[in-house]
Amino acid sequence: MAELIKHFFNQISSPVMMFTLGTGLLFLFLSFPGQLTAPKVAGPLGILVVAFFIFGLTDEHFKMIITTPDNVPIVMMLFIMLYFTWYAMRKATVNDMRMAEGKGPLEKEESEQKVLVFPYLIFIEFVVALFYSIMLVVWSLALKAPLEDPANPSISPNPSKAPWYFLGLQELLVYFDPWIAGVLLPTLIIIGLCAIPYLDRSPKGSGYYSYQQRRVWISGFLFCFWMLWIVLIVLGTFLRGPNWNFFGPFEVWNVHKVVPLLNVNLSEFVFIKWLGWGLPSQWYLRELPGILLVLAYLLIPPAMAAKTFCKKAFQEMGAVRYAVAAFLLLMVIAVPIKMYLRWAFNLKYLVAIPEFFFNI
Amino acid sequence: MNEPIAPKPDPSPTPKPSADAPKPAAPAATAEPALKRPAPEISVPGRRQFLSWFTIAWLTFVAATAGALSFVLRFMFPNVLFEPKSTFKVGYPDDYEVGVVDLRWKGKYGVWVVRTVEGIYALLAVCTHLGCTPNWLESEQKFKCPCHGSGFYKSGINFEGPAPRPLERLKIGLADDGQIVIDKSKSFHQEKGELSNSEAFLKL
Repeated sequence: MAELIKHFFNQISSPVMMFTLGTGLLFLFLSFPGQLTAPKVAGPLGILVVAFFIFGLTDEHFKMIITTPDNVPIVMMLFIMLYFTWYAMRKATVNDMRMAEGKGPLEKEESEQKVLVFPYLIFIEFVVALFYSIMLVVWSLALKAPLEDPANPSISPNPSKAPWYFLGLQELLVYFDPWIAGVLLPTLIIIGLCAIPYLDRSPKGSGYYSYQQRRVWISGFLFCFWMLWIVLIVLGTFLRGPNWNFFGPFEVWNVHKVVPLLNVNLSEFVFIKWLGWGLPSQWYLRELPGILLVLAYLLIPPAMAAKTFCKKAFQEMGAVRYAVAAFLLLMVIAVPIKMYLRWAFNLKYLVAIPEFFFNI
Repeated sequence: MNEPIAPKPDPSPTPKPSADAPKPAAPAATAEPALKRPAPEISVPGRRQFLSWFTIAWLTFVAATAGALSFVLRFMFPNVLFEPKSTFKVGYPDDYEVGVVDLRWKGKYGVWVVRTVEGIYALLAVCTHLGCTPNWLESEQKFKCPCHGSGFYKSGINFEGPAPRPLERLKIGLADDGQIVIDKSKSFHQEKGELSNSEAFLKL
C-alpha cells in the first residue's frame, strides 16, 4: 500500500505532470474560491498536506531530502505560501460575499474603529520579535550550515544547485538559453512587477481584499508566483538529482540513471523531418521558420485580441499600455509553452544561432 | 531679511545695484514694476549666479571623484599575473588507449584527452552552457554536466540538455621529444567549422 502511494507520487511529480496538475489545481482554486477557502474545506486539505509530509518522513530518501539544512526553508516556504494564499483569498471572498449583499468591505468597518498603537500594536510586535529571535537561535543551533570542501574548479558538485531562491531560474536554464533564463527573464520579472501599478490603474480593490473585482490581475499574479516561481523552486530543490535528472520524491538518487534527452532544434524538425531538404547552410535561412514563428507569436495574438475579446481593455488602456501588458503576458505564457515543447517534442530551441550565441 | 515681508513701496532702489549681476531678472523687474516680482536682494547672489557656482562646485566634485577613481584602473593591470602556463605536455601517444576518454589531466589542467583510431584530440572540460565542469560517464559513454543536465558525446557534440554548442577542442600537437603538447590558449569550435584545422586533431 505504502509502495503504491509512493509510486503514485513519483509519477505525478514528474515536471510535466506536476506543472499540469498544479495549473489545474490553481484554475480550480480560482474558479471556486468561495467554496475552497471555506474553513470546512481548506482545513482538511491543509491537514492532508501535513499528512503527506508525515507519511513521507517514513521514507528514508524523502526524509533525507526534506531535512537537509538547505531544504528546510523550502518546506517552510511551501506551508507559508499555502497559508498566505488561503488567507488572502479567504479575506477576498468574505469581502466579495459582503459586497454582494450590499455591505461595504470588512476593512472599511474595521478602519472606523480606533485602537491605540501603544500598548496594543507594540505589544504584538514585541511578542513577534521575541518569537523570531527564539526561532533564529533554535534554527542556528539545530541546523548546521551546509559547508563543503574548498572550491575546486575541476570538480562541479553533482548535482550543482544554486541558492534556493535561484532554483526556479536554474530550472528555467534547462529549457532556455543562458541569456534568456539568466538575464532577460529576471529583468522582465522586475520590470513587470514595477509596471503593474502603471498598467492596472483601477482603484477597485485598493485598501481592501477583493477577488471578484480584480479576477484577471489576481489570477495572473498567482499563476506567475505559484507556477513560475514556487513550483519551479520546489522542483529544483526536491526533485532534481545527480546530472540534473528528474527524481520522484520517493526515488533514490541514482547517479547512473539514464534518461534519454535527445533534443532537436526547430530548424531540424522543419528542414530534415518535414521537408527532407537537409539544413540550409546559411543561418538566416535555417532559422527563418523559428524567427517567423516567434514574431508571429509576439505580434498576432495581441493584435487579434485588441480587435476582438480585449477590445474594451484596449480602449481603456491605450495602445502603449496595452502593448506593454500584452508583451509581458506573452512572455509569461511563453515560459510554460517552451517547457511543454521540451517535454512533449524534445524541442531544444525555436531559433538556434550558435554563431552569435543567440538561441530562443 | 525682513524686507520681503514689506509690500515694497518703491522698487527702484533695490534692483539697481544688483542689476549688473543677474541680468535676466533685472529687465523684468525694471520694465514692469507693476508685476509683483520679489526684488532681488543686494547681498544674495541671483538664481543664475548661484546655479553657475553650484555647477562649478559639482563639476569640481565629479572631476575629483573621477580622478580618484581613475587610480582604480591601475589595479586592472597588475605587475605580476599568476596564470598557469597555457601550454603543457601530457605524455606520449602510446600512454593513451584507443577509444578511452582519459581523465588524468582533468584535475590539473581541465582537459580530457581522447584517443581514437585515427588520432588524439583534447576537449576543454568546460560546459558550453554556463561553464560548469561536466563528468565523463563511462557506462553511458557521454559527458554529462551536473548543473543543468547538458550531455555531450565522446566527440564533444552536444546532444541533450540546454548546451547550445559542442565542447571546445584545444590545439594539440607533438613536441620534439615525442610528447603530446596541448595549448589551452587556442580552441577550436565545431559549430564554426574549425575542426578541420590540422591543429585541432593529432593524426597518428
